[in-house]
Amino acid sequence: MLFSNRMINILIPIISVVLGLLSGAIIMLVFGYNPIEGYAALWNGAFGDSYFLGETLRQVTPYILSGLAVAFALRTGLLNIGVEGQVFVGWLASVAVGISFDLPMIIHLPLAILAAALAGAFWGFIPGILKAKLGVHEVIVTIMMNYIALYISNDIVRNVLTDGEDRTAEIAPSASLASEWLASMTYFSRLHYGLIVALFMALVMWFVLNKTTRGFELRSVGFNQNASKYAGMSVGKNIVLAMVISGAFAGLAGAMEGLGTFGYMNVKSGFTNIGFDGIAVALLGANMALGVVLAAFLFGTLKIGALNMPTEAGVPTELVEIVIALIIFFVASSYIIRWAFLRFKKEGK
Amino acid sequence: MDYVIEMLNIRKEFPGIVANDNINLQVKKGEIHALLGENGAGKSTLMNVLFGLYQPEKGEIRVRGEQANITDPNIANDLGIGMVHQHFMLVDTFTVTENIVLGSEPKRMGQVNLKRAEKEVQELSERYGLNVDPRAKIRDISVGMQQRVEILKTLYRGAEILILDEPTAVLTPQEIKELIDIMKSLVSEGKSIILITHKLKEIMEVCDRCTVIRKGQGIGTVEVSETNPTELASLMVGREVSFSTEKTPADPKETFLSIKDLRVKDVRGVEMVKGLNLNVRAGEIVGIAGVDGNGQSELIEAITGLRKTESGDIKLHEKAITNLTPRKVTQSGISHIPQDRHKFGLVLDFPVGENMVLQSYYNEPFSKNGVMNFKNIYKKANELIEEYDVRTPDAYTKARALSGGNQQKAIIGREVDRSPDLIIAAQPTRGLDVGAIEFIHKKLIEERDKGRAVLLLSFELEEIMNLSDRIAVMFDGQIVAEVKPEETNEQDLGLLMAGNSTSKAGGE
Repeated sequence: MLFSNRMINILIPIISVVLGLLSGAIIMLVFGYNPIEGYAALWNGAFGDSYFLGETLRQVTPYILSGLAVAFALRTGLLNIGVEGQVFVGWLASVAVGISFDLPMIIHLPLAILAAALAGAFWGFIPGILKAKLGVHEVIVTIMMNYIALYISNDIVRNVLTDGEDRTAEIAPSASLASEWLASMTYFSRLHYGLIVALFMALVMWFVLNKTTRGFELRSVGFNQNASKYAGMSVGKNIVLAMVISGAFAGLAGAMEGLGTFGYMNVKSGFTNIGFDGIAVALLGANMALGVVLAAFLFGTLKIGALNMPTEAGVPTELVEIVIALIIFFVASSYIIRWAFLRFKKEGK
Repeated sequence: MDYVIEMLNIRKEFPGIVANDNINLQVKKGEIHALLGENGAGKSTLMNVLFGLYQPEKGEIRVRGEQANITDPNIANDLGIGMVHQHFMLVDTFTVTENIVLGSEPKRMGQVNLKRAEKEVQELSERYGLNVDPRAKIRDISVGMQQRVEILKTLYRGAEILILDEPTAVLTPQEIKELIDIMKSLVSEGKSIILITHKLKEIMEVCDRCTVIRKGQGIGTVEVSETNPTELASLMVGREVSFSTEKTPADPKETFLSIKDLRVKDVRGVEMVKGLNLNVRAGEIVGIAGVDGNGQSELIEAITGLRKTESGDIKLHEKAITNLTPRKVTQSGISHIPQDRHKFGLVLDFPVGENMVLQSYYNEPFSKNGVMNFKNIYKKANELIEEYDVRTPDAYTKARALSGGNQQKAIIGREVDRSPDLIIAAQPTRGLDVGAIEFIHKKLIEERDKGRAVLLLSFELEEIMNLSDRIAVMFDGQIVAEVKPEETNEQDLGLLMAGNSTSKAGGE
């Protein structure tokens, strides 16, 4: 046989990416830019020297976690649109712990990370319990919770953590993920130890979902609530738990920004998009842990590389947003690619 | 010979499986031609080849003597081939007419001309005695009616050859009679029908000829008038099949399950079980006979913990199990073969192997300290697959990919293997072929002989009569009579099920 199903499943995201890049090239041509120069600038901007590489990996870190959050919920049959809000509360909680205490690092840093996970988990718990007890659809609640998170965070930054300022104080060094070693290795990029946390959490997600009895229940409830109930599983409990775990992943993504990249939290005029991009990352990564890591890497590359496109090739960054959107489009319409594949297979016989 | 359809030496392969191998099917004009085979024998594959959904690797299709290259369903439509699928493809909120014209709407000035369509549908419906209201919404009409809409859909598109895929599986006995009349009137108007089925009774009743497929191989075509059900059954499964199940008289021991004055409400809050009393003893099969909708489903859901009871007691071994969670009920020694295997019995997107431990995954040796042990799970699964003759490429195949009979065998393997005290079997053979039915009946009797109690729910009187040691007739939420199968017949049972208690049957 020419292609197995497994091969097709791996090839589809790759083909989607290639098609997205090709369409981006055509658009660049149409608007009078040189696509080869454009993509060369993108490449240099992402991997051109160790500083850019560091920044790319720094951007990949929260994407992995927000992607895992969305993927985990989807694998258990839930659509968590609230990752964005869960990132906010996680960021806020980590910074609050980071600036409020003065503890040895071995306690302070884990405590700040844990606070972020708990805050995100709590933000996921609310839509979870509403769905389990009252049957309220999680999409509606999580969208609303995003706005609640945004404005409450802003208020707390301005009125609780500071006295009318627009950003909090810097977190104590004992709560920081920043790494002199990684920074100096990458020519003082903002790369931090969070990447290790993110990769570890990908492993955690794979293990929980695929290897534990809890994961078995979560997946079972995601696929078929009736059969799960028949088999003696508690549907409500698993729905709540799925949202809590998903929210915890998202909260950790917030901690990456709060404890790693920035070291503070500021008042925001709008969403960070880390959570929303997580939906695309999960989709591209086929909701699998390894897939999410690879997809996050691609998204980080595109985001950081794009910053170099205006300066080096004169291509506006908006165009990169278009390319990203096109990739998502091709992934979302992957059935077209699948169909083309099957057609091709048939003709090939 | 005047054949409308000829499929010659058809071969269709799927990865790892030859679904059709050298099959011949020749359908004459104006006949009802049965396509008989076990679940998973390759009937649907063959019809999907004819309908253009699959391309055969080898073979030739001739329509009205001319070679046809049917590469998609539209070509099949143009050739006058229409298919009524087992699972209807109708839009619930649309009317009958809207569903029928969907995709080929008559238009006038860019607008759908529903008036004209309604008239055409009405005419077709009258001509073939279908008795369908063109303006009714699909969601408001019965399943039997919906099936007629599907038939009308093919007729509206000018079908001359109708493929009916197991049309009676979803129908009540009354509706089956009506469908048979419809099929007869269709062929009398010169249409040809290919009837996919594994019900021998229907073939004997309506079909002219019958082509048998076994495990993907064409076995041959017989004239129905020159054969009998026993011969057809052995052609289909490849060995002698016994219709009435062999069993020794029951030797009931102590009472395992006792239900007292049970009351249960359904989803709408209507009381469906109204003070029901029932005992099931070790070593006997108690069959619940009754017309669907008399509280049987609610009764079983209440015993298994899927539905809360209003009042009354359910005891297993003198221990109350009323309103326990499904898990506690399972742990107390009850197995449940659910009525709807897709909705309750299986997680279709899980591999067969994982479905085999759906209730026991949290126990050793399938997991330890919350970590699954897939090696042990699949070892168990392979044992069950072997023992219960579940035909699947391997234990890693998704349950969805299995045929209905094999899905059911997997469920029964899982439920029986737990060595329960009480087995609740709700419609255990619905939609299965004779081979699978025979197997399942044998297993249930085996379990009875091991001293287990079996509570059987079935809407097939034949199954109830064959299998039960004691029949409890359920009507309007109560057991209205208990009879011995050897002391009654289908007519008497039918009367009892309709609510007429006779003096012969001493009710409770």
